[in-house]
Order: sequence, then C-alpha cells, then structure tokens
Amino acid sequence: MDDLYREVIIDHYKNPRMRGVLDPHDYTYQDDNPLCGDQIRVDLRVDENDKITEAAFSGSGCAISLASADLLVESVVGKTLDEVKQLGKEDILEMLGIELGPVRLKCALLSLKVLKAGVYGIEALEEELS
Amino acid sequence: MAASETLALDVRRLRAEFPVLARQVGPGVPLIYLDSAATSQKPRAVIQAMSAFYETHNSNIHRGIHALAEEATEAYEAARARVAQFIHASDPRCLVFTRNTTEAINLVAHTWARMTLGAGDTILLTEMEHHSNLVPWQMLAAEKGLLLEFVPVTEAGLLDLEAYSSLLSRGPRLVALTQMSNVLGTINPVRQMTAAAHAAGAKVLIDAAQSVPHLPVSVEDLDVDFMAFSGHKMCGPTGVGVLYGRLELLEAMPPFLGGGDMIKRVHLRSFVANDVPYKFEAGTPAIAEAIGLGAAVDFLTSVGMPAVHQAEEALVGYALDRLAEVPGVRVLGPEAEQRGGVASFTFEGIHPHDIAQVLDRQGVAVRAGHHCAMPLHERYGIPATTRASFYLYNTTDEIDSLIAGLYKVKEIFS
Repeated sequence: MDDLYREVIIDHYKNPRMRGVLDPHDYTYQDDNPLCGDQIRVDLRVDENDKITEAAFSGSGCAISLASADLLVESVVGKTLDEVKQLGKEDILEMLGIELGPVRLKCALLSLKVLKAGVYGIEALEEELS
Repeated sequence: MAASETLALDVRRLRAEFPVLARQVGPGVPLIYLDSAATSQKPRAVIQAMSAFYETHNSNIHRGIHALAEEATEAYEAARARVAQFIHASDPRCLVFTRNTTEAINLVAHTWARMTLGAGDTILLTEMEHHSNLVPWQMLAAEKGLLLEFVPVTEAGLLDLEAYSSLLSRGPRLVALTQMSNVLGTINPVRQMTAAAHAAGAKVLIDAAQSVPHLPVSVEDLDVDFMAFSGHKMCGPTGVGVLYGRLELLEAMPPFLGGGDMIKRVHLRSFVANDVPYKFEAGTPAIAEAIGLGAAVDFLTSVGMPAVHQAEEALVGYALDRLAEVPGVRVLGPEAEQRGGVASFTFEGIHPHDIAQVLDRQGVAVRAGHHCAMPLHERYGIPATTRASFYLYNTTDEIDSLIAGLYKVKEIFS
C-alpha cells in the first residue's frame, strides 16, 4: 500500500521481537535524535568469546527508527562484537529494503549508532565516523 | 452587504496567482500545501518583480551614479516605504532590512540590549517562543549576567496574563514575545501586554513572523518598540526580513555589523556610522529580495489583510472541527477565535514523522517535529507534533484531504 512502509517495517514496528531491557547486561548505550525526539537504548549480553547471546532495545520513535532497531538487534544475536563493528549503513537499508532521504536516514541509523557506541565506546565511534 | 461577504476571498482566482500550486507531487497527486507557517508560496507578481529587477535594473545601490544604480536604489527604497506602510510605520527610516526574523532579533540583542542591559537585569520572555526569540537572549544573558523569566502557557495554550502582571512587577527591562505562536496558533493580546510592559518601564519586542503575514498589524496601534518579521512567510522571497524600531531607539543604538554602506566616513582607525536605517545594513543587501518583498506587500494589500485573516479564521475553524472528528487526534492550542491558521496535533501514539510521511504520499505537505519550539513541546510533555498551517490560498477541500490522509495513517499504523 505504501512503498516506504513495507510490510516488514510495519510488522517489526507493531510486533517488535526484541523490545525490552536486559539487566544485568555487558554492554548498554542510549542516545537520541533531538530533531525528532527519537530515543533508543540497546542492551547486550556476550559470552566469553565476545559473541552476543542476548540483545534488546527500548525507547520511542517513528516506525522507521523502531523497526530498524528491532531488525538490527535481532540480527546481531549470535554475532561477535567484531562482526558488529563491521555493520554499516548499507546493512540497515538492506534489512529495511527501502531507500531513504537524509532526514529519515537519521531515524533508520539511530539504533546502529547506539549499538556501535555501546560496543566501541562513543569516542572510538565518533573517530570512525569522522 | 454583510461584512463577511465584503471580505470573502476569491480563492480560485488567488490560487491561480501561485504557479507552484498547480504542480503535482506524484503521478495524479496534486500538491496540497499546508506548511505556510514554515514558508509561504510565492505569487507570480513577486517572482516577476525579482526577475524584472535582474533583467532590467540590476545594480548595486546607494553608491553608483549611473542609471541602473539609481533605478535599483529607488526600487529598494520604494520597497522599504511600502513595507513600512504595510505595518503602519509612519517613517520608513524605522524599517531595517535584515535577512529574516532571526537576524532582526539578534540585531536588537547585539545592539540595543547589549548597550542597555547589565548584570542582574531581567528579560521577560514566554514559554511559547520560537527558538529565534529564545537563543539570542540566552546567549546575551550568558555574556552579561542577565536573568531570563518566562510567562507560563496555560493548558489551553494561552499566556497566563495574571502571571505576566506579577512578572512585570519585578521590573524587567525588556519584554520579548511572539504575537502569534507558530505551534499553538495563539494570537496574544500584544496591545494590552505592551501597554502593561511600558507602564512597568520595560521596552517591548514583538516576534511578528507569524502575525504580519496573516493579520492586519499596525506598529502604531500596538505601540511596540521593536518588531521583527520575515519576507518569506508573507508571499515574499527568502533572504529578506525586517526589523521595525522606534526611531529614537534606532538612532541611539550602536551599529550591528561593520562594513560598507553602514558608514558615513572611514579612517584607518575609526569610522563615523551612517544614519538610520543604513547604519544597520552593512554590505550589499538582498536587493532583489527586498524588491520582491515590496511586491509581496502590494499583493497582500490588494487582497486585503482583514480578508486574509477572516478567511484563515474560517479555515482553521473548519480544520479544528474536522480534526475533532478523527478519533485519537488531540489539537494543541485555543479555539479558532483566538488563533491564526495553525493546527498542531498529536495522533494516538503515532510519530509525527510517520504521519507526515504518509500524508506526503498523498500530496499533503505538513510539518512534523518541534517546529523550533522545543521548550513549548516540553511544556506539554510531548517530543513532537504534526502541524498543518494555512494561508490565503488554502481551501476546505484541502483540509478534507488532510483528514482523509489521517484515516490512511491510522489504517497503516494501528
């Protein structure tokens, strides 16, 4: 019905699989996008080999940001932290299956930013992105 | 003939004056532009006035001795005079061309306020201000040790005038407020508030970015000290705005930016500032844009500002009625009689970005976000709203399309 709000996006927005908070957790980070008021937190648990065993996100935002958070967090379970560091913008867009203008791209990438900041530390992430 | 009949707009004829309104935003999807509070569309007369300037008169102003320079200067100063007349300023020298409302407010902060205010002095603002009437004062307050106080906004979206009276009794030096909220649409009782501020010894600056385009505004009647507004929200081009100031205040103020045109003479180590208003217009100004703004006020004058206001009041009244029919929609702000053509709303838990995006697919252009008024959204405990705003070219049919779009939003997200 709408090429932007594809079924996968609406499905993950309405029925998130990974919504929640992990307490305790090994990694956590939270950030927001003040322009639209989106706020995302991601929690991770890892095993002794730095492989992610459990992941969850919480927060509020638009359908694009919440669906991409759910898809992203779902996809990282079973990955190692090093593998998470390799994830980029293209991976998110591929999961969503849409193209986005610059404003909505920020919505889609907020959860990736939060996830990587949690794994790297925000300073290292900003270095990578700069 | 009844007054309402005299003032009725011929919207179909008016729409034909705005070329962009004829376009489609997708195959078979006509543009429904409900974002005029962000920027208005431009009538042909404005576009043509600017083209005509570039095609036949283009020159720098105030210095050249040749024919084009004289024509350009004359056209630029004629635009100043017409804009002055539009807001009932008796003297065109009271009118400074700036880039926009924001620059006009910053001009006052950097000159009058910086010169006049000192540590411990208070500036009284309101909770419904646009960032452009907050941040310049926050910056100056940090620099000079000023205090900022805020008139609260009631749940109904009106200024708390009792609180205003008691805040005035504390002796603020400046009251800076919006005449019309860009989010709530509230039209504030600026005349009474200005009289009360003057009685308390404060100067008054009005952010008129949303009011001058939509209501008949007279600086004489309101008796304000400063007023700021933008050309692009009133059928004019971007890049030109206006600061109105009382002549004696402007004359006593130091210059704003330094450079060409704002001086009478320059020595290696000193300068003598030019007269008002040139003292505040350093460098080559936006000449074509000022001329475009002159054409915009001619256009608005020919339509008639009382008619514009009345038509918008009817539109927003219709919009409020129709929005009230949609389950889950909550509109911020007061009744139609107390507001201009703006309706900001929340819709169940659906994020405004998603609402705006789905509406866009149906050609309906609205705004989603905090509309440069984050503190006001904090006041209501919501991160963002969806805003539909109206102008003289909008119709009730377009509001019906907005409502139909909202049902489509509901279908997708709930």
